[in-house]
Amino acid sequence: MDIREQIARRAAQELRDGMYVNLGIGLPTLVPNFLPPNIEIVIQAENGMLGVGPFPKSGAEDPDIINAGKETVSEIPGCSYVSSADSFAMIRGGHIDVTILGALEVDESGSLANWTIPGKMLKGMGGAMDLVSGAKRVIIAMEHTTREGNPKIVNRCRLPLTGVRVVDTIITELAVIGVTAQGLVLRELAAGVTHEVVQSVSEPRLR
Amino acid sequence: MDKRIASAEPIVLNIPDGATIMMGGFGLCGIPENLISALHRKGTKNLTIISNNAGVDDFGIGILLRSGQVKKMISSYIGENKTFERLVLNGEIEIELNPQGTLAERIRAGGAGIPAFYTPTGYGTIAAADKEVREFNGRSCLLVPWLRAEFAFIKGWKADRWGNVIYRKAAGNFNAMMATAADYVIAEVEEIVDLGDLEPNSIHTPGIFVDAVLCGAEYQKRVERRRVQGQDAA
Repeated sequence: MDIREQIARRAAQELRDGMYVNLGIGLPTLVPNFLPPNIEIVIQAENGMLGVGPFPKSGAEDPDIINAGKETVSEIPGCSYVSSADSFAMIRGGHIDVTILGALEVDESGSLANWTIPGKMLKGMGGAMDLVSGAKRVIIAMEHTTREGNPKIVNRCRLPLTGVRVVDTIITELAVIGVTAQGLVLRELAAGVTHEVVQSVSEPRLR
Repeated sequence: MDKRIASAEPIVLNIPDGATIMMGGFGLCGIPENLISALHRKGTKNLTIISNNAGVDDFGIGILLRSGQVKKMISSYIGENKTFERLVLNGEIEIELNPQGTLAERIRAGGAGIPAFYTPTGYGTIAAADKEVREFNGRSCLLVPWLRAEFAFIKGWKADRWGNVIYRKAAGNFNAMMATAADYVIAEVEEIVDLGDLEPNSIHTPGIFVDAVLCGAEYQKRVERRRVQGQDAA
């Protein structure tokens, strides 16, 4: 299985029946493919859709039904639409149980950088700052290192922040790591991976 | 009372160079295509545009950026527009990036007569630059001012001659707030129906907020990322 699917599969295990979930662009959108059986979750898209379904069948695409990644999606029964202001009332108001996002860097204190690389990439923060400050739980689902093999789990974020001390859990292809007041705690290792391996590609000490 | 207008041209004639305009839509979903085209043809310059996104290179707000009509964008996400990303990185256009929920709430506040509000979003980030910080319930919050504009271009699905508007599915997005937050609000819609034909329970934007209604022509309603079942995810 490819690494991204493996991460998405593990992240899906964090979801429980009845949860309202917001998924970031990219890897997190794979998560619903791996939901445990017999649970019902509702996916929120911050452009104002509550009850996002899978991609539509070919020919059934509707330009007025998109997710926050601007991809055509479908409605599930029970779906509703709201304005952007009401959508962010759901987010900022603490009504979203979990958000699963990607990251450029996460640090020891749970601070997150995931929206810009100065001078190189400028896309804007979109809803990420609102999500990390408003969702009840913030899960980062990402590859453990950069393409060049450098740690993305760092002592202190160097890139501009999305939020300060906002991340609860980090899920990578190597491990599940919890962010606690005492620092980062290694909660789970992927099959065949050792603590030493994970530590060797992470800057802060993992307990 | 009849707010219907026959074309976008007289509207854009009254928009001066340097105007501030809100434009509804999320990506290319729910954008005022006809009003943007008319503004492009008119060539109005030095515009400040308040819009969540900046269109794509050859459609939506992207056509105004490419023709150099825009001085400043107030947005939250501009990632889909390479021309714009280049203009910004080269310092050729001013950009004010807002967290998306803060942008939405600033516009809502503008329309609701709330001059500023506190929000925890963006504390400790560049979104906090020059902002007053105050603690509420143990959380540090930023004081953020409302946003208003001289004009708002909104895109609805159906409207009547009084300017009552309904939006279709996810195409409502920023349109509903923008309709409340400008001095002069023009709604372009896919269909104008008789007064009384819109179910009162389902009206999203009551006519009190709208100054003019235009039945738009030849909607392209482009899709930015067409995805269907059976494709691998991006």
